[in-house]
Amino acid sequence: MAVLIFVELDNGQIKKTSLEAVYYGSEVAKMQGASATVLAIGAADAASLAVAGNFGAGKVLHVGASEFHTENAMAYASVLAQAVLQEKADVVILPKSGLCDAMSARAAAKLKASVVSGAVELPDLSNGFTVKRAIYTGKAFATVAMSGSIKILGVKKNAVAPIESNAPAEVVAFDVLPNAGDFSAKIISQEKASGELSLTEADIIVSGGRGMKGPENWQPLLDLAHELNAATGCSKPVSDLDWRPHHEHIGQTGIKVAPNLYIACGISGAIQHLAGVNSSKCIVVINKDADAPFFKAADYGIVGDVFDILPRLTKAVAASK
Amino acid sequence: MKILVCISNVPDTTAKISFTDNDTKFNKAGVQYIIGPYDDYALARAVELKEQQGGSITVLNVGEADSEPQIRKALAIGADDAIRVNCEPSDSYFVAAQIAHCAKEGGYDLILMGRESIDFNSGVVHGLVGEMLNIPSFSPVMKLDVAGNVATFAREIEGGKEYLEAHLPLVLGCQEPIAEWKIPNMRGIMTARTKPLKVVAPVAVAEAATLEKYILPAPKGAVKMIPADDIEQLIKLLKTEAKVL
Repeated sequence: MAVLIFVELDNGQIKKTSLEAVYYGSEVAKMQGASATVLAIGAADAASLAVAGNFGAGKVLHVGASEFHTENAMAYASVLAQAVLQEKADVVILPKSGLCDAMSARAAAKLKASVVSGAVELPDLSNGFTVKRAIYTGKAFATVAMSGSIKILGVKKNAVAPIESNAPAEVVAFDVLPNAGDFSAKIISQEKASGELSLTEADIIVSGGRGMKGPENWQPLLDLAHELNAATGCSKPVSDLDWRPHHEHIGQTGIKVAPNLYIACGISGAIQHLAGVNSSKCIVVINKDADAPFFKAADYGIVGDVFDILPRLTKAVAASK
Repeated sequence: MKILVCISNVPDTTAKISFTDNDTKFNKAGVQYIIGPYDDYALARAVELKEQQGGSITVLNVGEADSEPQIRKALAIGADDAIRVNCEPSDSYFVAAQIAHCAKEGGYDLILMGRESIDFNSGVVHGLVGEMLNIPSFSPVMKLDVAGNVATFAREIEGGKEYLEAHLPLVLGCQEPIAEWKIPNMRGIMTARTKPLKVVAPVAVAEAATLEKYILPAPKGAVKMIPADDIEQLIKLLKTEAKVL
């Protein structure tokens, strides 16, 4: 028995949500008396990958060939399936993300594995393999019994609170032959905002709605985000109006986030927006309308003008450091 | 061009979620069902592509008889015929195997669906179908054009967009702003009534994941209101009470 954990890299470093997945996988391995091995694909140095050991992994398999430097879900899924067979893994853990969902899907079909995405807790192994997952866009949960001989699990942010130790893992090169079919699509171009904190990784998010009154008024919100080292998001109307780019849209049909702190500025709190933020640990709502529905879903609320409150909040955060 | 659009039959985004039968069944009472919002985007783009270049659209639903109003709506929006695989869509692998089976029989150039269903949010069905058919799959696709047998499309990636080109056949998981949702017109609704809707039995697939119990989240505590002139109190509470700063 073995647990295999896939980690996503960002500039050669294992992402925070992926380190959580490593810890999750290592805990499952402990329960089963199995080994925990990490698979990393892309450019990275050994020291950066060895960090996975601090979260419980014994070994890191690294695919560093240049063909794999660009994210490619199909090629990565082929590598994942090969690693599962080589390591004789019966449990595969991935952090929940667009890339990982696509990889788990294609790997599951290759391996005839059962696949569940959105785990929010460690599995219960007392009677088979049962896992609690989020459903209805965070509005409910379900326990699901997984029965395949190989089980692939996508783990949501904050499913576990990792305890870090100092035990760097051994990093081993994993040589794979690229499968030509996985590279049949041609990438024409990529547009990527550089240096931006990612919404799915961020611990704090500051988000703006129509109450911000126009794209030219975003500076106070950006200033607060900067002071908090937070990512910035927005509501659907804001991205529909092109005030902010589409990849900042948080909600039912946009990105679902799970930060520790979500600060909503001038967002009324339509149910579709709440669906994207209901996994946040703490929600602060700032709105001039005391009847805004978002207050009902908030932990802390301030009724007032965002343009008055935001600069004062930024100053107060700076002063409290 | 032959397009297959897979639609899910899901509770409206504003529906109140509750359960019955000792938390083993979704409570359908008073719940309005809709075409999955992401699937609806896929359908809208399929209709536009057909208007541009001809071809046909088949709409596919893996679901029970109560899906039929949503299937008829898809036909009213512009699909030509429909297939319903008569079963409860319980597990992603199971649903994907049903879609892959129908897709093999129909020989489609393009298989479109939403990036995820809004009931189980797994986002894995397009990838499973692609692998089962041994053709490429991409998601979430937010722009799509087809010329001959080549598709050019944009996919959302973390913090941006990626533009790709690939040969058909393809499986694509779609999201906004690939097209605007379409509202059926009266003529569409009338003709939809007589368009063919084939009901087929599911193919046997070993069940891989079984839902045991539904759980509702613990009720949220009351919001603590902070006076607008006392920002420092908020900082203090975030640090000492919520412990998130």
